[in-house]
Amino acid sequence: MVSLADTLIQGVLLGGLYALFAAGLSLIFGVMRLVNLAHGDLIVLAAFLILTLVTALGLNAFVATLIAAPIMFAIGYALQAQVLNRTLGPDILPPLLVTFGLSIVIQNGLLEAFSADSRRINVGWLETASLPLGPINVGVMPLLTFASALAVIVGLNQLFYRTALGRAFRATSDDKVTASLMGIRPDRIFATATGIAMVVAAIAALYLGARANFDPTIGPARLIYAFEAVIIGGLGSMWGTLAGGVIIGVAQTFGAAINPEWQILLGHVAFIAVLLIKPRGLFPRATD
Amino acid sequence: MALLEITDLTARYGDFQALFGVDMTLDPGETIAVVGANGAGKSTLMRSIAGVLNNAADQIVFDGLPIGAMSAAEVMSLGIAMVPEGRRLFPSLSVEENLLIGKYGRAASGAWSLETIYGLFPILKERRDAPATALSGGQQQMAAIGRALISNPRILLCDEISLGLAPVVIRDIYAIFPRLRETGASVVIVEQDIGQALKVADRVYCMMEGRVTLTGAPAELTREAIHAAYFGAP
Amino acid sequence: MEATPAGWWVETRTKASAIFALVAIATILVALAAPLFASRGALQDLFFILTMLVLAQSWNLLAGYAGLVSVGQQAFVGFGGYAMFACVLLAGLDPLLAILIAGVAATLLAVLTGQFVFRLQGAYFAIGTWVVAEVVRLTLAQWAALGGGTGTSLPAHATRDMLGATTVGRLFGFRPAQAVDTICYWLALVLAVGTIGFIYRLLRSRQGLALAAVRDNQEAARSVGVDARRVKTFVYFAVAFVTGLTGALIYVQKARISPDAAFSVLDWTAYVIFIVAIGGIGTIEGPIVGVVVFLLLQNTLADYGSWYLLVLGLIGIVVMLFAPRGLWGLFSERTGIQLFPVRRMLVGGPPIAASEETPDALKGAPHVDSVGENARPSRSGR
Repeated sequence: MVSLADTLIQGVLLGGLYALFAAGLSLIFGVMRLVNLAHGDLIVLAAFLILTLVTALGLNAFVATLIAAPIMFAIGYALQAQVLNRTLGPDILPPLLVTFGLSIVIQNGLLEAFSADSRRINVGWLETASLPLGPINVGVMPLLTFASALAVIVGLNQLFYRTALGRAFRATSDDKVTASLMGIRPDRIFATATGIAMVVAAIAALYLGARANFDPTIGPARLIYAFEAVIIGGLGSMWGTLAGGVIIGVAQTFGAAINPEWQILLGHVAFIAVLLIKPRGLFPRATD
Repeated sequence: MALLEITDLTARYGDFQALFGVDMTLDPGETIAVVGANGAGKSTLMRSIAGVLNNAADQIVFDGLPIGAMSAAEVMSLGIAMVPEGRRLFPSLSVEENLLIGKYGRAASGAWSLETIYGLFPILKERRDAPATALSGGQQQMAAIGRALISNPRILLCDEISLGLAPVVIRDIYAIFPRLRETGASVVIVEQDIGQALKVADRVYCMMEGRVTLTGAPAELTREAIHAAYFGAP
Repeated sequence: MEATPAGWWVETRTKASAIFALVAIATILVALAAPLFASRGALQDLFFILTMLVLAQSWNLLAGYAGLVSVGQQAFVGFGGYAMFACVLLAGLDPLLAILIAGVAATLLAVLTGQFVFRLQGAYFAIGTWVVAEVVRLTLAQWAALGGGTGTSLPAHATRDMLGATTVGRLFGFRPAQAVDTICYWLALVLAVGTIGFIYRLLRSRQGLALAAVRDNQEAARSVGVDARRVKTFVYFAVAFVTGLTGALIYVQKARISPDAAFSVLDWTAYVIFIVAIGGIGTIEGPIVGVVVFLLLQNTLADYGSWYLLVLGLIGIVVMLFAPRGLWGLFSERTGIQLFPVRRMLVGGPPIAASEETPDALKGAPHVDSVGENARPSRSGR
């Protein structure tokens, strides 16, 4: 009984990590319908950035992330403004192919720069710290991860629904041309959205790198989990993305509890199951 | 000096030429109407002024500044706001959010604010939190006009605001024009409903097949002249 | 075409394509004879080119013509390979028969997975196909009889006793391994020519016209009675069949399979997509050009490990940004040459006299004198 609750909680907390992977993707997908196949690799890039700041400057991992965040914003902004904005249009092929190429470039660039060795972001005592929650011991890092995911989701929702910039995001995603009649510059809006998504990626990278070993090639797997979470949740819903992440996390954790080799498989099965029942996800936006 | 001077404006869609050397002026505080049949080039003219279409820079001069080649966002920030054909409210935004987004590109003070626009169109205040798509056609048109007004534009462009609306609703909408005139607004309206256009305009331009075929004050123009300019000589 | 007025008929042949047809036939004849004079290494290279070409043409048909952008075709490569291994290792069947069965098995997989992926659109569809491939990979990795996660090999006698291997060996004086390579090569050649031929015939048929219509504007196509769903489903199944065959053939030649290799996104999707994108999506000539470029790049850069992939990725990005129709697209646009002409032209009949009363609204408007997915404003395309 305790073991069941323990597995469930661990799954939920893992879902927080996946929600962090997915939140940036959800933002970009929602604002400009762009499928960024390099998203996972960009998170890995951020992880290496944080790692470099920690080892080169001797900084605390959290402080390093604070510094990495604006750097990632700039990278995201430039990437969207200079490369990805050129791919937007009615054809879904160019964004897919360009971001696919980007994924390969980032992975191999990181391989050249850092080799294929596994790395870890050091968070000191936090790594093994745990809090008792009733009869169960819950790791502090997973709790922090979930709390951060919650904070990011709430923050993004506030941004989207309570600010002028958020209105601009939604308007541009509805109707690019009319949005420009409002004085909105779609190109800059898209670049800002990607910049913000990269800040979220930096946060995700911190928890990714602190939780387990990472190397330049793990991006695509993270991408799949992120996409599954976004698609399960439904286009345009941040809370849906969180729900999607939790579903994947719980499915994977239960899978692992039955048989370690089944962890990832069960996550995929859950994804397929949800989509068979609700092809547009759990909480899709009314207009699509 | 005229607020807006259009000189020899040409526009094309790919191989297809839609405007052949249009001349037009707008003085401060004036309301001018552009009438003509479908395909005459009226909307093309509006979209050229608004910056949705790009033209040669000096073909459109706004308060001395050549804006012909500027983008829509730039033109809007200078103070030209458009009520686009078909209303085009944002489905993801509520009524109030649709109004507010109208001043994203330009926050200028003046006669219009959320409160005064609600004063002009009380029904919008009642339904301020509803999704924009829940409004009727006439209400959506009011919201679209409010959205353009909230930035206190120096020139207001109205593209076919009577389209698809019942006559009584059209009357209600056009009833705001005296109020616009009081605030000193400069307005360009494009209309297929000639009756309404002649009632509110200081001057009228008639277009056919991409050219201006007739211009003058409503009082000066005879029915026959308008008919000929609109449809072509019988 | 029944609706054509008297004196006219529809034709797709052009002068360039006629010349190309002769060149192609000559090339195929030379290629058939290759095992007689090419070294074993060169033959294996050719085998690789041909199989990549088949995969590229298949993906091109799927994505470029049917608009189904899949990043999960490795599912069918791997499933085909494993089906073949199962037939040979567990049922003792001849590899050639196993290849055929593998193709059918892959089609059945497509029928099953189609239930899921066809509920999805656009980007969702792409991710869905990727997830499907992962599921198949992870599931097959549990199959202990075929080596589980580490995979297994074909015993030497299974391939050497292959149908025709001993005959070929005697006929040309080849050792068993060489005979196997030769048969695999010939099969690849047949597969490549057959696939290209099939695609060409398909695009020139009514179904092909329907495909082009669906790709351009699904709603408009439906309004003239084209069933987009049926056309796309047919293409999806056909491509799965060919991809499964190819996967099985590849693994007969390799004789060793593992889940990670058989379902590799890099080998069976990334490289394929690059070949098609760089060569030119939506044309039959494109993947041929793409394979040649890919091989050149691989030969020059393969020693440089990750730099090779990095350069490949950069080239792919640059081509997609600035030449979205690929290298062949650039060439074809400049010269108007089509080697596999699928554009339909109305020929014959009396000349159309210019009417004195062209409506004013149509003066200066663009007009088309040929129908097909490459319809362009007036240009003599004979």
